[in-house]
Amino acid sequence: MRLILKTILERMALAVLTLFIVSVLIFSSVALLPGDFAKAVLGQSATPETVAAFQKQVGLDRPASERYLVWLGGAVKGDFGNSFSSRPGAERSVVSIIKPRLWNTLILAGLTAAVAIPLAISLGIAAALWRNSWFDRSVNAGTLTTISVPEFFVAYVLILLLAVKFPVFRPLSTVRPQMGFAETLENLALPVITLTLVITAHMMRMTRAAIIGVLGSPYVEMARLKGAPPLRLVLRHALPNALAPIANVVAFNLAYLIVGTVIIEAVFVYPGIGQALVDAVRTRDVPVVQACALLFAVTYILLNLIADLVAIATNPRLLHPR
Amino acid sequence: MTMSQQPPSRRDARPPASRFSAMFRRTTPAAWLGFAIVVLYGLIALFAPLIAPYGEAQVVSSVPFAPWSQSFLFGTDQLGRDVFSRMIYAARNTIAISLAATVLTFAVGTTLGIVSAVAGGIVDMVISRIVDAVMALPQLIVILVLLSVVGSSVVSLIVIIGIADATNVFRLSRSVAMNVAVMDFVEDARVRGESLTWIVFHEVLPNILSTLVAEFGMRFCFVVLTISALSFLGLGIQPPTADWGSMVRENATLISYGDVTPLLPAAAIAVLAIGVNFVVDWFLHYASGLRDDQ
Repeated sequence: MRLILKTILERMALAVLTLFIVSVLIFSSVALLPGDFAKAVLGQSATPETVAAFQKQVGLDRPASERYLVWLGGAVKGDFGNSFSSRPGAERSVVSIIKPRLWNTLILAGLTAAVAIPLAISLGIAAALWRNSWFDRSVNAGTLTTISVPEFFVAYVLILLLAVKFPVFRPLSTVRPQMGFAETLENLALPVITLTLVITAHMMRMTRAAIIGVLGSPYVEMARLKGAPPLRLVLRHALPNALAPIANVVAFNLAYLIVGTVIIEAVFVYPGIGQALVDAVRTRDVPVVQACALLFAVTYILLNLIADLVAIATNPRLLHPR
Repeated sequence: MTMSQQPPSRRDARPPASRFSAMFRRTTPAAWLGFAIVVLYGLIALFAPLIAPYGEAQVVSSVPFAPWSQSFLFGTDQLGRDVFSRMIYAARNTIAISLAATVLTFAVGTTLGIVSAVAGGIVDMVISRIVDAVMALPQLIVILVLLSVVGSSVVSLIVIIGIADATNVFRLSRSVAMNVAVMDFVEDARVRGESLTWIVFHEVLPNILSTLVAEFGMRFCFVVLTISALSFLGLGIQPPTADWGSMVRENATLISYGDVTPLLPAAAIAVLAIGVNFVVDWFLHYASGLRDDQ
């Protein structure tokens, strides 16, 4: 038990360290700003005075290390300062822009994960169980196509088929606070299906590969010679040892899901955090970009940490040390 | 890995005829299809001005979103420009920019990766930790943060994607080069007193080339998809330059009328990606097959 605890603590410390380095990277991208940045934000007609005032307002007149500490201190407390779009008298804090959208994105990503993970793992297990059958082949071919196709292509094909030709779902996804669960589901159906198609492919292929890899090991051969039925062979003997790579690929795809939402939200005009990020990049609203990037990074690192922990906790060799 | 221990010239010892026949034996229909797609795209990109009936940004019709017709094969876009011509020019722009970014990716990633593997020690540690930190962020997010700082232009796109993507190439080339760097002929070169540059480019690089070529294809696909996604978001190649991603975005409203025109540029991306993937698959089989023959 002590071995597991030690490994887990090590991983968590490593995650915190990574997060720290990432925050430095995100911040320093702004510290290294080219000189004409204020002009780019304020427009060509900006006078030297307004440029100086803007730099003072943003805090560019102070040393980078000090600005970093202030920014990090605020970020830990959930305060990311003001957006560049705020003017004296009309302050817009970064949090007020991001908060409602973050919730929307979490709903979208959560629903997709709830559909995609069970689907991908059961498809993967089924494909491993009936390797080289027509089922395996068709699932393989199907997933290979969805991998090499841009996300927005999948999205528009689905809109064309399921919203225009056969109007089952709505082509645009809006959410309002007072909407019931059923209505939310109906509105989010198309983006959820699109994201599911995009991330299921990779997860399913890796699950299949991981299980087939374990099926080749001698102890499974032993179980097979003992006369264990194929289903029991896969679920009881192979799956526990394949859980670590599966957990890893699930975490990787959930992280990818977050990135995928950026594009899918643009297609379905869904007011999520991805849209906020894209808008902020377009208007070069750096505080919002930094906050979004930090949020994405935290989620990404957390997911990887959880995958590591699952891999450790389910590793039979670590659970029963000799 | 034991096979790469032999000097690379061994591969050329066989008569050319049998090498070609071995190559053709292994060419599957999927690979032929892949080759056809890649060559076709290459020709279209090269000769775009000769093939396209109209200019890239030429307004040819007063009717925006005109339907498909004899004079405008795929209709016109929101400004009355010919969609077919723009798709052909987009092939040229997207492929050229993606190729440039991929070449930069490999120039940076491979050099740093092999240097890391050969030099080892503190150099390896510093570069590896930096790459780890960058890879702790999703790639699209890295690119978006950098774009928000420097703004979007063709040069900044190439440089930003080239650097962001170099991390993957670095990891791959470092791990492959690690296996080569411990071999006797590298040690031999070290003892001979060859410089680091010589060892990197003359001893290690030729031995990991086949892995890198396959990876080049995969990375190229990835870069095409990334650039198209960025352009689709309005953050990539800027108008009036034609690009598949931004064409999807510009014509997207047509989808709600059941018109498939916006799907054409997206399909163009997909077909290119699938074609390159087929060629890469073939190359991997071919490269590994050759090793079996030896």
